[in-house]
Amino acid sequence: MKRTIFNNQLLPWLLLAPQLAITFIFFLWPAGQAVKQSFLSQDAFGINTTFVGLRNFTALLDSAEYLNSLKVTAVFAVSVTLVSMGVALLLAVSVDRMLKSSRVYTTLLVWPYAVAPAVAGILWWFIFNPTVGIMPYMLDMIGYDWNHVSSKSDAMILVVIASAWKQISYNFLFFVAGLQAIPASLREAAAIDGAGPVRRFFDITFPLLSPTTFFLLVVNIVYAMFETFAVIDSTTEGGPAQATNIMVYKVYFDGFVGQNMGSSAAQSVVLMLIVIALTIIQFRWVEKKVEY
Amino acid sequence: MASITLDNLGKVYPGGTRAVGGVNIDIEDGEFIVLVGPSGCGKSTLLRMVAGLESITEGEVRIGDRVVNNVEPADRDIAMVFQNYALYPHMSVRQNLAYGLKNRGTPKAEIERRVNEAAEILQIGPFLDRKPRALSGGQRQRVAMGRAITREPAAFLFDEPLSNLDAKLRVAMRLEIKELQKRLRTTSIYVTHDQLEAMTLADRLVVLNGGRIEQIGTPLEVYRRPASTFVASFIGSPAMNLLDARAVPHLPGTAHAGTIGIRPEDLILAEDGPIEMTVIAVEELGAQRLVHGRTGGEAITIALPSDSPLGDTLKLGFERKNLHLFNRESGNRVD
Repeated sequence: MKRTIFNNQLLPWLLLAPQLAITFIFFLWPAGQAVKQSFLSQDAFGINTTFVGLRNFTALLDSAEYLNSLKVTAVFAVSVTLVSMGVALLLAVSVDRMLKSSRVYTTLLVWPYAVAPAVAGILWWFIFNPTVGIMPYMLDMIGYDWNHVSSKSDAMILVVIASAWKQISYNFLFFVAGLQAIPASLREAAAIDGAGPVRRFFDITFPLLSPTTFFLLVVNIVYAMFETFAVIDSTTEGGPAQATNIMVYKVYFDGFVGQNMGSSAAQSVVLMLIVIALTIIQFRWVEKKVEY
Repeated sequence: MASITLDNLGKVYPGGTRAVGGVNIDIEDGEFIVLVGPSGCGKSTLLRMVAGLESITEGEVRIGDRVVNNVEPADRDIAMVFQNYALYPHMSVRQNLAYGLKNRGTPKAEIERRVNEAAEILQIGPFLDRKPRALSGGQRQRVAMGRAITREPAAFLFDEPLSNLDAKLRVAMRLEIKELQKRLRTTSIYVTHDQLEAMTLADRLVVLNGGRIEQIGTPLEVYRRPASTFVASFIGSPAMNLLDARAVPHLPGTAHAGTIGIRPEDLILAEDGPIEMTVIAVEELGAQRLVHGRTGGEAITIALPSDSPLGDTLKLGFERKNLHLFNRESGNRVD
């Protein structure tokens, strides 16, 4: 890499200023506010604010609703990650085997990534709408009564599908690139060594994809936990009966709908810690240890 | 151990491009065959068709008595050494050597025995528990060969296995491959674009050009009696001089040939020689010097002992038996 030496001390700071300002105003400052809030409690009218120490946090751990949200988040994040990565890998492997028009497929498969989460949510909300949706109609024909408004598991399936669908294209691109980086001669050598297609995939391709897989694992968990707010908001709004109330949605709901700022702030601090932990995993563990 | 027969073998790609056509080779059991030719001549395609990595669109490949056109690579009883070695990077050397045996359900003790045997033959014992990335190029090359040996296949297929090594190592490995093949007596097909490698390794050479066979023969046969101007200029270094017969009008018995060929090392300095050469450049190789020049408007090169006299013009002669005559249009040998 080329290193540029600035003679003027001011210029580098000026060049950095816009990005620093954005980071400070939209990230560091609100984050600091959230940390501050999480140690405070407001009365119902927002007149008196008192310092309550860790009480917001201990209240969270005593709250059955919050513990449920933790569980829901775990189920949701793992499901979204598995579905989106599994389908993406399947598609990527298929495209990798294609001789013709694989480029066209790749381009088409990338499109969903450009769809905004809220739009994706509404799209799937229509498709699975118990009254007018096509999927409930078809499921009805095989004798399944789909209703995500009343059924907890149906609601979870809906938000998982809607969230995973969008992420498939992203994962797909990385998997295709990962697959193309594996020399064809390795698979040929394995074929001569007596490994059938399935065996080749699990013995050779999949292990060699592991850097890509681990990277995507972290990215997808982060996505499922933090970027699916719009999907939840446009489909189930956390319901029914808290069944899809993932942590990030609960932060919004408790804070801006329930107006419980202290608890909401404490929840965002917990989320912040999770992001930090995932980032550390990403940099320390994934990028260094996963090699072959 | 098996013979391999390529019977009128051809390959046409779906787009209609022909890579290989009309290839007939009978490879005897235990023979070391080298396919040699410039890049794009179809030699690798041919090898990959024998391996089963490339479909066969015309003709037949037989290994032993069995037609293998539609047999999976794994079931052809062959082992291949790839140009980039194709070692499994996430497996240790030991696992690399054992993988083919494991897939075939070979008993553990037998795998152990064969891996150790191959390791001993190739002197890679100390590296068995290392990953390929911890090995040097030469060591990886040995592991790649070890992987072929442990399988004890009917045939070895080598796809330019030495082209990623530096010159010195290449010469050493060349000798090792030759010795190894002599010792194991396994039928081998070896692909290379390096004519020197081809000459030194082959029992018989197959010279390919544009997807067709130009000549099959022992290295000396091919060197001494090249079947075409292509073979003449491809085999032997420095390349044979090919001159228009009209440029050297005083040669008896060349009237029916359009092109005459004479190797640089067969030319001698002779005061009364029929060829007069204008010297353009001299390359000193130590043991000999190559003198490049022109005669009658055509390029000519002569290899001389390094102490021979030089001048602006040289008179050259040769022995009649060292003369090669070719048809001008077809390039085929006519004498």
